[in-house]
Amino acid sequence: MNKLDNFLKGFLKENPLFVSVLGMCPSLAITTSLENALGMGAAVFFVLTLSNFIISLIMSNKKLAELVKPVRIPVYIVVIASLVTIVEMVMHAFLINLYESLGVFIPLIVVNCIILGRAEAFASENKPLDSVLDGMGMALGYTGALVIISLVREILGQGSITIWGNLAIDLGFAFDFLKIQPLDMFTKPVGAFMSFGFILATIFAISNHKANKKAKEVKGQ
Amino acid sequence: MSELIGLAFAAFVVENIVLTQFLGICPFLGVSKKRSSALGMGIAVVFVIVLSSTITWLLYHFILDVLAITYMRTIVFILVIAALVQMVEIFLKKVSPALYKALGIYLPLITTNCAVLGVAIININEGHDFAQMLVYSTFISLGFLFVMYIFAMIREKLDFSPVPKAFKGTPIALIVAAILAMIFARFGGII
Repeated sequence: MNKLDNFLKGFLKENPLFVSVLGMCPSLAITTSLENALGMGAAVFFVLTLSNFIISLIMSNKKLAELVKPVRIPVYIVVIASLVTIVEMVMHAFLINLYESLGVFIPLIVVNCIILGRAEAFASENKPLDSVLDGMGMALGYTGALVIISLVREILGQGSITIWGNLAIDLGFAFDFLKIQPLDMFTKPVGAFMSFGFILATIFAISNHKANKKAKEVKGQ
Repeated sequence: MSELIGLAFAAFVVENIVLTQFLGICPFLGVSKKRSSALGMGIAVVFVIVLSSTITWLLYHFILDVLAITYMRTIVFILVIAALVQMVEIFLKKVSPALYKALGIYLPLITTNCAVLGVAIININEGHDFAQMLVYSTFISLGFLFVMYIFAMIREKLDFSPVPKAFKGTPIALIVAAILAMIFARFGGII
């Protein structure tokens, strides 16, 4: 597998959220605004890239790998938890608003299945550079998925897009034009489950359609 | 006392851990295909959450806080939970093989259940005292068990329903969860 593939597979083919359906909890809880989704994505990007790097460094050293193997899960967890603590402290110091709106979900990055999953499935068996590329791709794919869900929820729920801080786009004119109002429900838990369900169904429908097409082509030949 | 009852009720339905706080979604969707497995997972979660919240609360207030190293919270809590789950597993295997048989396969999954770490952290963030912590973690985990069981019952019926192909599996489960969340959101008006 070449390097570009390692990087790109997280975007569509193995998207952690939409294809593997991992890391659901934050994707439902913090997608009330684009800002939160971007902040969460950045945090996951930092943690996943570095944890993949450190873990593959440990595991590609033969002597160290032998030593670590029987207790590898606790070792991974300590590495990930340390990185998450760094993120938590940096956010608390510099991005207090984001820190407050993400709340308990920052420390909970530790138990995000994507990070431990990539450590076990990829970083422990591949070279550091490949692992870093894999981590970056996966994290960007995850961020992209969060952005899609948060756009749906914020536009339908509040009629605006908050990009960062005070930088926001007000879509009130579009709602006025269509003579409808934003539905508050989409900012609530109901809307989270509902929008994720429909987005996932859309993606399944597209991939089913593609699979059918391929099957037909194979038959035709 | 009435305060504790209010807290218990809030934890059980109003702030339900799955449907309003989105913790523990993975087991909620993953292990809810059958009623028996939902019940097993739910009971294991209640057990582990109450035990781990108690231990992490004590550790935080009597060790981390005293030594002024509260920033080590995340690392210490996750290690305590991982070790605890392992110990519970060994203990159950030795003491009660029947119970181990019923809960055994769910225990390793609990380490990465965000509900366990989540409740431990919420207890600290909200500044609960010991009694509040005990009531909160008991009822929030019972709330998990309750919703998980209801959800499993619905999903057993769902298997026989004509669901559009694209919605099969996770999407329809999420829509059902949305309807459940709608019901639970209404409880907020009671207190």
